[in-house]
Amino acid sequence: MMKPVFMTYTKKDLINLAVCMVLSVLVIPSFITTEYWYTSILIPWLCLALATIGQQIVMGYTGQLALGAAGFMAAGAFAMFNLILRVPDLGFVGSLIVSGLIAAAFGILFGLPSLKVRGIYLMVATLASQFFIIWMIDKFGWFKNYDSSGIITAQDIVILGKPFTTPLAMYFVCLAVTTVLTLLAMNMARGSTGRNWMAVRDMDIAAESMGVSLLRTKVQAFAISAFYCGVAGALFAFCYLKSLEPVAFDIKLSFKILFMCILGGLGTINGAFIGAAFILLFPVLLNAIGNNVFHGAIDATIISSIEQVIFGGLMIIFMIYEPLGMAKLWENIKQKWRTKFPTMNIKNLTSSIGKKS
Amino acid sequence: MVDELLFFMEVLVGGLLAGTMYSLVALGFVLIFKASATFNFSQGAMVFFSVLAFCGFMQDFNIPFVLAFIMAALLMVVVGLCTERFVLRPLMNASEDTVLMATIGLGYVLEGLAQAAWGVEVRRLDLGIGDFPVPWIADNLKLFISALDITAGVVAAIMIIGLFLLFKYTKIGLGLRAVADDAGAASSIGIPLKHIMLLVWSAAGVVALVAGCMWGARAGVQFALVDLALKALPVLIIGGFSSIPGAIIGGLIIGAVEKVLEVYIGPFFGGAIEGWAPYVLAIFFLLYRPEGLFGEKIIRRV
Repeated sequence: MMKPVFMTYTKKDLINLAVCMVLSVLVIPSFITTEYWYTSILIPWLCLALATIGQQIVMGYTGQLALGAAGFMAAGAFAMFNLILRVPDLGFVGSLIVSGLIAAAFGILFGLPSLKVRGIYLMVATLASQFFIIWMIDKFGWFKNYDSSGIITAQDIVILGKPFTTPLAMYFVCLAVTTVLTLLAMNMARGSTGRNWMAVRDMDIAAESMGVSLLRTKVQAFAISAFYCGVAGALFAFCYLKSLEPVAFDIKLSFKILFMCILGGLGTINGAFIGAAFILLFPVLLNAIGNNVFHGAIDATIISSIEQVIFGGLMIIFMIYEPLGMAKLWENIKQKWRTKFPTMNIKNLTSSIGKKS
Repeated sequence: MVDELLFFMEVLVGGLLAGTMYSLVALGFVLIFKASATFNFSQGAMVFFSVLAFCGFMQDFNIPFVLAFIMAALLMVVVGLCTERFVLRPLMNASEDTVLMATIGLGYVLEGLAQAAWGVEVRRLDLGIGDFPVPWIADNLKLFISALDITAGVVAAIMIIGLFLLFKYTKIGLGLRAVADDAGAASSIGIPLKHIMLLVWSAAGVVALVAGCMWGARAGVQFALVDLALKALPVLIIGGFSSIPGAIIGGLIIGAVEKVLEVYIGPFFGGAIEGWAPYVLAIFFLLYRPEGLFGEKIIRRV
């Protein structure tokens, strides 16, 4: 392990961060000019990656099978709508944080069964949150400001008096929020919080006998997870959908996030980004193939069915051969590369060996 | 007063009978769980897949009813065979949660295949049994009960009795129970694991087909069946994952409670509480009796 430079971040992390920032702030905006890329790929990617980090915290790090991410996202999105509508003084960032906290409150409530049960039992309990939250928003007009059309237009994003309405500006908003929360998540995962989570995941009884409070750890994981999902949901509604409707946050979205989490790699933060990118980009690729190779000869519904088959098939294949997902695959490739060309990384290698002994 | 009581009875009986439909789906889950301690999340997708195949055979190829049913059942055996070979066998030593996630993937594959092969539009399935009140009962008992509900109840009862007898009194049933108890020990005394798994998955497939026919006749054969099948999960939690009678009682409880709540309490909240009421009921059960009414006590060894 390398020595942390700042909090739990090592020099390598800071270099990675710098590279990512240069890529996302300078390179992407100067090379990608088509709106399509921002509105339909980059923005949803960042939002869903954030939600997937939430799912990772509860599932990948704490080992609790939960299936209600979209419910918490809906809670966050509608909390955001109502906060901006009713408490305009909070501002965008303030509303975003408070709506995350409201989602976290739901997370605590529906995370409580995790103290008694695990596995599939817990999955059913979290399904309750999914259906209940969506129903509640749908049935009580107050949440939708008594709008009868069913679809509400999201308010414009205004931060410190400046409007952020162009796709590029919204991309930067998502990027900023995602970056901050990702860094926080990494820090939590590596610190004592994350160690507690992983101890509970690996063997809860052993963890308890070592003095880790199950109540505290599990409830904390659910709360933080729901916070991430809530913020992600608010961004998803305000930057991507630009409208609010409970149907957008149905069980299908929960499954999608679950897939992103598992295919990306359980228990990794970068896996959340890889998984989200894959699930988002793969249908785009498949559609492009359908349109360009077969010139629309294949029906769109068939393409989406094939997409489903491939996602499901990949899930099975990953479970059999690499249960830790694409992030682990990437790790393996890097490892192979290093052993193949040891001279290229000799400095890194020796330093890591030296530190270990 | 009498009218109110009659109305309540009608709601209750309607709920109970609708509950048997959930039981039919839950039965498939229980079969697989009993024999392999695997939780098969794809049961809902199997319901959808099998009944869509059945409709496809009947409507696209004009195959007669009985033959189409047999073909769909055979197709489910093939699905069981493939599942055993390509999903379960490689995951033999994997953890419970890993297998569960793999079955979620399997569900996706089945849903996708079904839609790719037979299209996405809603199909009507006519079993020749109307979904309207039986006149005889309406006249004599003054209860309006759908013929389809009664059929579902009878079918469920026959299947339960059949499966119960199979598990309790046949050699295959004994083998199934042995495998469920300890797969390693069972195979070491010569019980063919492969065959047992194949048998169980095929049986679950046929159960799914029957459940699908009942649901399809009521709500049309469509993708929403998968979501309906999710409701079998609270049924299982209430009844217990490893108990066939539990699946039935659980289904009856869920059916009755959700209908009664919907009719009497629903209007105060704008209705549609059936969407989540079963899950909340399941949570209460989880808090007080996690193993369900008839399930075996969950023992985790450290």
